[in-house]
Amino acid sequence: MRQLIWLIPLVPLAGFLINGLVYLLSHRTKNAPGHGHGHDEEDGHGEAHAVPPVAGSHPPTGHGHGEAHAVIPFKGLHTAVGVGSVGIACLLAFGAIFDVGLKAFAHGESVTRVLYRWIPLGVNQALGEIPGPAREWVVDVAFRLDALSALMLAFVTFVGFLIHVYSVGYMSHEEGYGRFFAYLNLFMFAMLVLVLGANFLILFVGWEGVGLCSYLLIGYYYEKKFAGDAAKKAFVVNRIGDFGFILGIFAVFALFGTLDFATVFSSAAQNPAAYAPYMTIVCLLLFVGACGKSAQFPLYVWLPDAMAGPTPVSALIHAATMVTAGVYMVARCNVFFRLAPHAMIVVAVVGAFTALFAATIGIAQNDIKKVLAYSTVSQLGYMFLACGVGAFSEGMFHVTTHAFFKACLFLGSGSVIHAMAGEQDIRRMGGLRAKIPTTYRTFLVATLTIAGVPGLAAFFSKDAIKAAVFHAEFEAIPWMPKLLYAVALFTAGLTAFYMFRLLGLTFWGRFRGTPEEESRIHESPASMTVPLIVLAFLSVVSGWIGIPIVHGGNRIGEFLKSIRLPIVGLSEKEHHASLTIEFALMAAAVAVAAIGMYLAYAWYVKGEGRTPAKLAAEWPGVYKTVSSKYYVDEAYDRVFVRGLALGGGNLLWEVDATVVDLIPNGASAITKGVSWIAAAFDQYVVDGLVNGVANSLQALFGVFRKAQTGRVQNYALVMGGGLFCLVAVYLLFR
Amino acid sequence: MTVTINHYMIVSLLLFSIGFFGVLARRNFLTILMSIELMLNAVNLNLVAFSRRLSDLTGQVFSVFVITIAAGEAAIGLALTISLFRQRKTLNVEEADTMRG
Repeated sequence: MRQLIWLIPLVPLAGFLINGLVYLLSHRTKNAPGHGHGHDEEDGHGEAHAVPPVAGSHPPTGHGHGEAHAVIPFKGLHTAVGVGSVGIACLLAFGAIFDVGLKAFAHGESVTRVLYRWIPLGVNQALGEIPGPAREWVVDVAFRLDALSALMLAFVTFVGFLIHVYSVGYMSHEEGYGRFFAYLNLFMFAMLVLVLGANFLILFVGWEGVGLCSYLLIGYYYEKKFAGDAAKKAFVVNRIGDFGFILGIFAVFALFGTLDFATVFSSAAQNPAAYAPYMTIVCLLLFVGACGKSAQFPLYVWLPDAMAGPTPVSALIHAATMVTAGVYMVARCNVFFRLAPHAMIVVAVVGAFTALFAATIGIAQNDIKKVLAYSTVSQLGYMFLACGVGAFSEGMFHVTTHAFFKACLFLGSGSVIHAMAGEQDIRRMGGLRAKIPTTYRTFLVATLTIAGVPGLAAFFSKDAIKAAVFHAEFEAIPWMPKLLYAVALFTAGLTAFYMFRLLGLTFWGRFRGTPEEESRIHESPASMTVPLIVLAFLSVVSGWIGIPIVHGGNRIGEFLKSIRLPIVGLSEKEHHASLTIEFALMAAAVAVAAIGMYLAYAWYVKGEGRTPAKLAAEWPGVYKTVSSKYYVDEAYDRVFVRGLALGGGNLLWEVDATVVDLIPNGASAITKGVSWIAAAFDQYVVDGLVNGVANSLQALFGVFRKAQTGRVQNYALVMGGGLFCLVAVYLLFR
Repeated sequence: MTVTINHYMIVSLLLFSIGFFGVLARRNFLTILMSIELMLNAVNLNLVAFSRRLSDLTGQVFSVFVITIAAGEAAIGLALTISLFRQRKTLNVEEADTMRG
């Protein structure tokens, strides 16, 4: 089994090829001449009637109101291939993981499978004063399964499989059913390449692949302008991050002469003195990449807009898997980051700031998916905060639990949107508890989890992060960890608040839409509710792999210990804080979460939103700023989009017209006077001379004019002939 | 048969000659652009082959530069193609002879 890890990404790739080809071929015959634009017409019938034009995705509608839907060709095949390939990948993944064994992983066992030599560059010397002989510079296509990739592999394939199952129900009336599954399979392929890659370049291939699929799936409803715009935004912002990332990869290649994870990290760990000076810049560059992919400030702006894609996509790509790739990469490079304490501080501060910043925006959003999107950005900030204080395994722990509960929340929101026939505004919901009980229960569980109710998954993972932050030590800025801890704690309260606001406005109270809308609300089919139940179950129990304090309770920490290579000459203290402090930290977290939950309940459910409305009325400036997301998008638009494209040109023009022109205008007045005298001289004396010379020259060189045929190929021929003559002379007479 | 540096040079020479012929003989502007691309890549092949033989990365770095420049050249060339076509409704370079003396 363990030798088959290369098959894990390839099975979804095969699924992508089959689905894509079948979709293409079946749609080509349909749009053949004579049928006109059959595709477009059906789109018009199937969707536009039932769905009100809302910002965000437009999910399938029309259950039970007798609307004729276009028959989707090869739907069964698409389902079988799309879901089946990911199912097989999942089985293979778990087979490989258990074949090696969890214990073996914990002891640092890893499987590397080299498929073929990709780029042999020849023998070269590594950069700098790093000792060691010149060696062959190569990049292999190789996959590697170790503790870190095993963890990622397990939840990526499993959550991926569940979301594929969910999509069968959610997308069942979509015209582009086959296209959707093809893209989703391609995404799984890229993500698995990213996770399993054994060197930076393979990781980068997967990294770009998921970026492409993210672009394709955000723009799934490409006939809608906002979807296309959001897709482009995601792509461009990710490119900014990738620019840093690829520079970081170049730097690693130049320093180490290889990109292989095992070699790179062990040589850095064994010879820290030689590499440490370069590590700050390398880590910062890599972190720029992580910021783009994992939506950290200031590159987070694409993620909320990415909600224009179908909801399963938001759950899979923009919550559970792809956006955590940055955290995975930072955890993978933990040796580098530990050698660069200044870069670590940057990571921690950016993470904490993003967590707080996004959480405050989340409070004032009214789109159910936007709230969850900002929540994701905030939780990702939490993960980076953990990495920044050196708690890489805690960060990965939160990645894992987050994958379950956030996927559950997103799929639940998809089920709500499905029930509401495309409505996404939580102000028009309310009281859905009785109408869609299964969705409500699973959503409730996931909300309690993310809010940090003791015993559920996120309680343990967030608590582990907060404890690590509390105990962290930054030599450069000693007071920083305590500030970061305060930020993390406050963010936890905000998280509980906005999640309960969302829950209360959606499911509790009374329905705020029209009675006609109310009568249409219905529970989703089993293919959607079953994944919800499984994910809700996992968002309860997945935290139990990392129970603190209890001896042997922190299994995830033990499991991931092997990725943290010991660095020569760098002693890292393990913190064994007293039980009192541990319990005090937990109590603080619980208290803050409880306050957040209570406030949200009291304000939005019992008070029916009167208090927040009053607050918003009292401080209109603050409310406007927060609900407009601090005008970051507007600022980017002003500075980068319009500023560079138009403003730059205008500015130069203005300067030119006012400042620069002043000088020539003054000068011209003087010159005019002088030139009047000169003109007379010129006309009679100089012109006579010049014209005389010109006429004689024109007569003389009229011959050469013929050579200027104006035909570019004649020039090329003359140039080639001349070159030939020169080389011939050189070869003959040298 | 082992592939030696001579083989690379022969392939490169062939590519270059084909490209040069294309530039001289074809009338379509797009084809000429593609032929230039061929010539550039013939040079790249030489650079990489010698880089490998001499165990010196400089050649490969250079070929990456050439590829980058070629990308820029293609962009400008295609822009020219479009404006040429807009002006004259044809891509025949014979007809673009405004610069005749």
